[in-house]
Amino acid sequence: MAHAHTTHAPADKYYVPHGSPWPIIGSVSLFTTVLGAALWINESSSGPVLFSVGLLLVAFMFAGWFGTVIKESENRFYNEAVDRSFRMGMMWFIFSEVMFFAAFFGALWYARQYSVPWLGGEGVKVFTNYLLWDNFEAAWPTNGPGDVGGDFETIPAFGLPAINTAILLTSGVTITIAHHALKAGKRGMLNVFLALTFLLGFTFVFLQAEEYMEAYQHLNLTLGSGIYGSTFFMLTGFHGFHVTVGAIMLTVIWIRCLRGHFTPTHHFAFEGVAWYWHFVDVVWLGLFIFVYWL
Amino acid sequence: MLKILKCAAAAIAACLPAGAAFAAWELNMPVGVTELSREIHGLHMLIFWVCVLIAVVVFGAMIYSIVKFRHSKGAIPATFDHSTKVEVVWTVIPIAILVGMAIPAAETLIKIEDMRGSDLSVKVTGYQWQWHYDYIDHNVNFFSRISRDSDAARQLNSGIDPTSVENYLLEVDKRLVVPVDSKIRILLTSSDVIHAWWVPAFGMKKDAYPGFVNELWFRATEPGIYRGQCAELCGYDHAFMPVVVEVKSKQDFDAWLQAQQAGDAPAAQPAAIDSQSDNASATTTVARAE
Amino acid sequence: MSTVHTHAGHQADTHHDAHDHHGPEKGWRRWVFATNHKDIGTMYLLFSLTMFFVGGTMAMIIRAELFQPGLQLVNPMFFNSMTTMHALVMIFGAVMPAFVGLANWMIPLQVGAPDMALPRMNNFSFWILPFAFTLLLSTLFVEGGAPASGWTMYPPLVLQTGDAFPLMIFAVHLMGASSIMGAINVIVTIMNMRAPGMSLLKMPLFTWSWLITAYLLIAVMPVLAGAVTMLLTDHYFGTTFFEAAGGGDPVMYQHIFWFFGHPEVYIMILPAFGIVSEIIPTFSRKRLFGYDAMVYAIASIAFLSFIVWAHHMFTVGMPLAGQMFFMLATMLIAVPTGVKVFNWTATMYKGSLSFEPPMLFALSFLFLFSIGGFSGLMLAIVPADFQYHDTYFVVAHFHYVLVPGAVFAIMAAVYYWLPKWTGHMYNNALAKAHFWASTIFVNVLFFPQHFLGLAGMPRRIPDYNTQFADWNMVSSIGAFGFGLSQLLLVAVIWQSVRGGVKATDKVWDSGMPHGLEWTLSSPPPYHSFEVAPEVK
Ligand code: HEM
Ligand SMILES: [Cu+2]
Ligand SMILES: [Cu+2]
Repeated sequence: MAHAHTTHAPADKYYVPHGSPWPIIGSVSLFTTVLGAALWINESSSGPVLFSVGLLLVAFMFAGWFGTVIKESENRFYNEAVDRSFRMGMMWFIFSEVMFFAAFFGALWYARQYSVPWLGGEGVKVFTNYLLWDNFEAAWPTNGPGDVGGDFETIPAFGLPAINTAILLTSGVTITIAHHALKAGKRGMLNVFLALTFLLGFTFVFLQAEEYMEAYQHLNLTLGSGIYGSTFFMLTGFHGFHVTVGAIMLTVIWIRCLRGHFTPTHHFAFEGVAWYWHFVDVVWLGLFIFVYWL
Repeated sequence: MLKILKCAAAAIAACLPAGAAFAAWELNMPVGVTELSREIHGLHMLIFWVCVLIAVVVFGAMIYSIVKFRHSKGAIPATFDHSTKVEVVWTVIPIAILVGMAIPAAETLIKIEDMRGSDLSVKVTGYQWQWHYDYIDHNVNFFSRISRDSDAARQLNSGIDPTSVENYLLEVDKRLVVPVDSKIRILLTSSDVIHAWWVPAFGMKKDAYPGFVNELWFRATEPGIYRGQCAELCGYDHAFMPVVVEVKSKQDFDAWLQAQQAGDAPAAQPAAIDSQSDNASATTTVARAE
Repeated sequence: MSTVHTHAGHQADTHHDAHDHHGPEKGWRRWVFATNHKDIGTMYLLFSLTMFFVGGTMAMIIRAELFQPGLQLVNPMFFNSMTTMHALVMIFGAVMPAFVGLANWMIPLQVGAPDMALPRMNNFSFWILPFAFTLLLSTLFVEGGAPASGWTMYPPLVLQTGDAFPLMIFAVHLMGASSIMGAINVIVTIMNMRAPGMSLLKMPLFTWSWLITAYLLIAVMPVLAGAVTMLLTDHYFGTTFFEAAGGGDPVMYQHIFWFFGHPEVYIMILPAFGIVSEIIPTFSRKRLFGYDAMVYAIASIAFLSFIVWAHHMFTVGMPLAGQMFFMLATMLIAVPTGVKVFNWTATMYKGSLSFEPPMLFALSFLFLFSIGGFSGLMLAIVPADFQYHDTYFVVAHFHYVLVPGAVFAIMAAVYYWLPKWTGHMYNNALAKAHFWASTIFVNVLFFPQHFLGLAGMPRRIPDYNTQFADWNMVSSIGAFGFGLSQLLLVAVIWQSVRGGVKATDKVWDSGMPHGLEWTLSSPPPYHSFEVAPEVK
C-alpha cells in the first residue's frame, strides 16, 4: 500500500512505509499453505485444496508486496540508506540459506564419516557390526545394512552433472556481463545477457528433471535409497528448487529491464538477484564435488 | 507465604539428621559401589566445592556492595569504569581453576572409556517399555519389566497408595544378575526408540538406541541390589521401566547361571504389555535390526 | 557505554508537529497492517505475555501431577505432551518473542533511528507467530494427541507422534522464518541506521547483545529447519537420515539439533545480559565497569556456543576424543560468562545503589543466574554428567538460567522501560510485591530439583519412587506460588497502561548518563527519531 506521498525528489529521509496489508496476507497464506500440507499428509481430503489455495495466496502476496516496493522505488522514495538496508537484508538472507544447506551437507558428512563406517564395524562401535549388522561392509555410496530401497546405481559425475555444472558456471558469467552492461548503460546487451542467464537456469532445471527421471526409472535411485538416496535427493532437490526460484526472479528482473527500470547506479533488485544466483551456483559446486564426484 | 516458610523450615529441620533411614529429603548424590562411581562422586564433590568457593567470593562481593554502597545511606558513586589488570586477573584465574578441574575429569573419563577385557558380557536391549537381557556367551536371556504390584499401583487413580508398595517403580519381575568384583560389559541397543540404561550406584548411564551398540562397563565391589531406571524419554511408559541389578558373590552367580541354563528361565518372549490398553498412539515399531 | 548527548533535548517533540506526519492509524488496521516498531514491539510483548501464561498453565499441570507419587490427574501420554508443549511454548512463544519485542521497542530508540530498517518485514515476522502457535496449540486437539517426545524431538520417538506431527514440524518452520526475518531486521537496523557519531563501541549494551544474538539466530534457525525437515521426510517420504538400516543414525539428529540448540540457549540469554548491563549502572549511579570487556565477552560466548553442542549428548556413546573436546570447550565458555558476572559486580562496587523494581530483578538475576552457571559448570564435567544427565539436576540447571535468568531479565526490562513506553510510572509497591513473591517462589520451585536430580530422579517422568516425594511436593508448592505471583505482573502493566503519575523523559533520575532513549519524551513520538541525533 504505497502511501499518498508526493512522488518527486528522492527522499532525504529514510522511507518508513505506513501500514501495509501484504505482510498479514503473507502470514495468512503461509498458514494456509502449511495447514494444507499438514492435512494432506494426514490424508484429509481438504489438504491438497487448502495447500493450493495457500500457494496461490503466497504468489499473490509476493506480486503485491514486490509490486508496491517496485512502485516506491521507481518513484524515488528510497534514499541511499534504504538501499543499503535492502542490500544488507539480502546478504543476511542468503547467509541463512547457506546455513540451511549446511544442515544437509552436515548430514552427508556425518553419514560418510561416522554412521556408515560405524555400521561397518569401524571405530568405537565395533559391536554394532558384530551384533547387529554382521555382513555389512562400509562403503559409499550405500543404502545401509538394511539394503533399504534395494540395489541402485548412481549418476556418474562426468555425464549430465558435468554439463549442468558448465551451464550454471556459464550463467554466472552471463549475469556478470549483464551487470556490467547495466552499469555501462548498455541496455540492449543487458537484456540479451539477462535473458541468456535465466534461459540457462531453466535449462539446468530441465536437465535436472531429466536426471531425476533417469534415476527413478532406470537406476532405482530414489529418495528411499537409504542414506545415499536421502542425501542425494534432499540436497539436489532443495538446490533445484532454489535454482527455479532464482530463475523466476531473473525473469522478473528481465521484464523490469525491458520496461526500462533501473539506472546504472540504482538497481538493488538486480544485484540482489545476482547475488542469489551466485549463491545457487556455489552451492551447486559443493554438490557436484561432494555428492556426485567424491 | 507463611505456610511456605513453615514448610521450608520443616524441610530444613527434616534433613538435619542426615542419612536418615529413608532417602527422603536427600540432598546429595549417593556414593556408589564401583571404583569409578566413587571417583565420579569425588569429581562431583570437587567441582561442587569449587563452585561454592567461587560463589562465596562473588556473592560476597555482591552482598558487600549491596549493603555498603547504598544511595539511601548517602553513598557517593566512584567514577572508575575499567581496569585491564583486573579483567586479565579474573580471566586467568578461572582458566587456571578450570584446567585444575579438567585434569582429574579427563583421567576418570579415560578410565571409563577403557573397554578392554571383561569377565562377562550382557547385551541389553531396550523395548517400549521393558529391558531384555542376553548373556551372550551363556545362552541365557530374558525380559525384565516392572513388577506387578508397582504396575498395579501406578495406574491412573489406582487407589493404591504408592508408599504401601515396596520399591515403588524400582522393582522388576526378573533382575539382571551379575557377579561381584568382575568387569561386566554391557552392550546396549534398542529395538524401537532411544532408551538409556542407568544404575546410579554404578555411576554409569548410556543411551540404548536402535541400530547401533553402545558399550559401558562396571565392576561392583559389594554384593547387593541396585536400582535405577530408564533415563531417556521413550514414550508413554518411560517412567515405568526400572533397571534392577543384583550383584551376587561369584559362587552364587555361577549357581544362578546354571539354574537358568538348566531351563528355569522363563521363555524369552516379550512380557505381555497388557496395561496400556488406553495407549492409542504409541505403537511399538520393530526396527529392521531385529 | 560512553556518554551520549543529543543536541536539543526535546527536538523530537517539536519535530513531530513540523512535518506532515501521521500518528497511528485507527482501529484494527493500526495493528494488523502495522509497520511501526513500537506497535510491533507492543504486539510482540503482549503475545509473549499470553504465551507465558499458556506455557505456565502447562507447567502447573506438570507440577500438579508431580505433587505426590502415583498418577492422579493425567495419563503419561498427556503428561509427556505437557512437558513437550510447555518447553516449545516457553522457548519459542514466550522468551524469544519477548526479546524481539524489546528489540523492536528499544533498538531504534537506542541507536537514534526513525524505525526498524525493514518495517514491512517486521510486521511479517510478528504476524507469523500467532499463526505458528495456532498450528502448534491445535495439536492438543488432534488424533493421537499433542507431540510428546520432548521439545528436542528426538527420533525415533518423535516419529511415533500422531496427526500432530506435520503440524508441529510446520509450526517450527514458521517460527524459524519469523526469527530469521526478525534477526535480519535487527542486524540491518543496527548496522545501517545508527545516528551519526555512534560508533560500534559506543552502542548501548542491550543493542550490542542483540546484534550478536541476531547473528546467532541467522546462523542456527535454518539448521533447525533443516533438522525438522529431515524428520518430516524420514517419517513420510522414505528417507533414512536417522535410521541405521539405511545407513543413517538417530544420533545424527541430535548433533544437528544441538548445533542449533546450544546457540539457541544463548539466544535466550545474551539479550538478558544486555538488559542487566543497562540496568545495573543506572541504579548504581556509576558507569558500567569494563564496557569493552563486556562486548568481547558476549562475542566470545557467541563464538564458543558453536563448538560446545555435544555437551547435551555425552551419554550417546561418542568417541573419547569427542567427549574430551566438548568437555573442554564447555568449561571454557564459563570463563567469559564469569567475566560478565565479575564486571557487573565491579559496577556495583563503590557505586550508590538504589533498589527500584528493575534493579531488584537485575540483582536477583545476578545471584540466581550465577547458580545456573555453577550447575552448568558441574554438568560440563563429563564423568559427573553421566550421573546428572537426564535427571532433575539438568532441569534445575536450565530453569535457573532461564527463569530467574532470562525471564527475570525480561521482567527487569519491562520494569525499566515501561514508564518510557506508557508515559506513566507504575505502582512501585505492587511491582516490589511481584519481585519478592517471584524470587522466593522461584527458589522454592527450582532449588529442590537439584536435590531430586542428584538423588536420582530422571526428568520427564509423571510418577516417581516415594523417596522423591518430599522435595517434589516442595517444588510443586513453589510452582503454584510462582504461577500465581505472575498475576501481579499483569496488574502492574495494566495499571501503568491505564494511567498514573506522568513519567519524565529520563524516568529514572539517578543522574546517570543515559542512552538516547532517554532523550525522547515518555512515551516517545510515533516516529522515534525523524532527524538523527548526533552522538558525541
Ligand atoms: C556457564 C555456562 C553454561 C554451561 C557450562 C552449561 C552447560 C550445560 C550442559 C553440560 C548441559 C547438558 C546437561 C545434560 O543434559 O546432561 C546443559 C543443559 C542445558 N543448558 Fe546449560 N550451560 C551453561 C549456561 C546455560 C545458559 C546461559 C542457558 C540458557 C539460558 C542454558 C540452558 C540450558 C538448557 C535449556 C539445557 C537443557 C536442554 C535440554 O536438555 O532440554 N545453559 N547446560
Ligand atoms: Cu525411557
Ligand atoms: Cu548447551
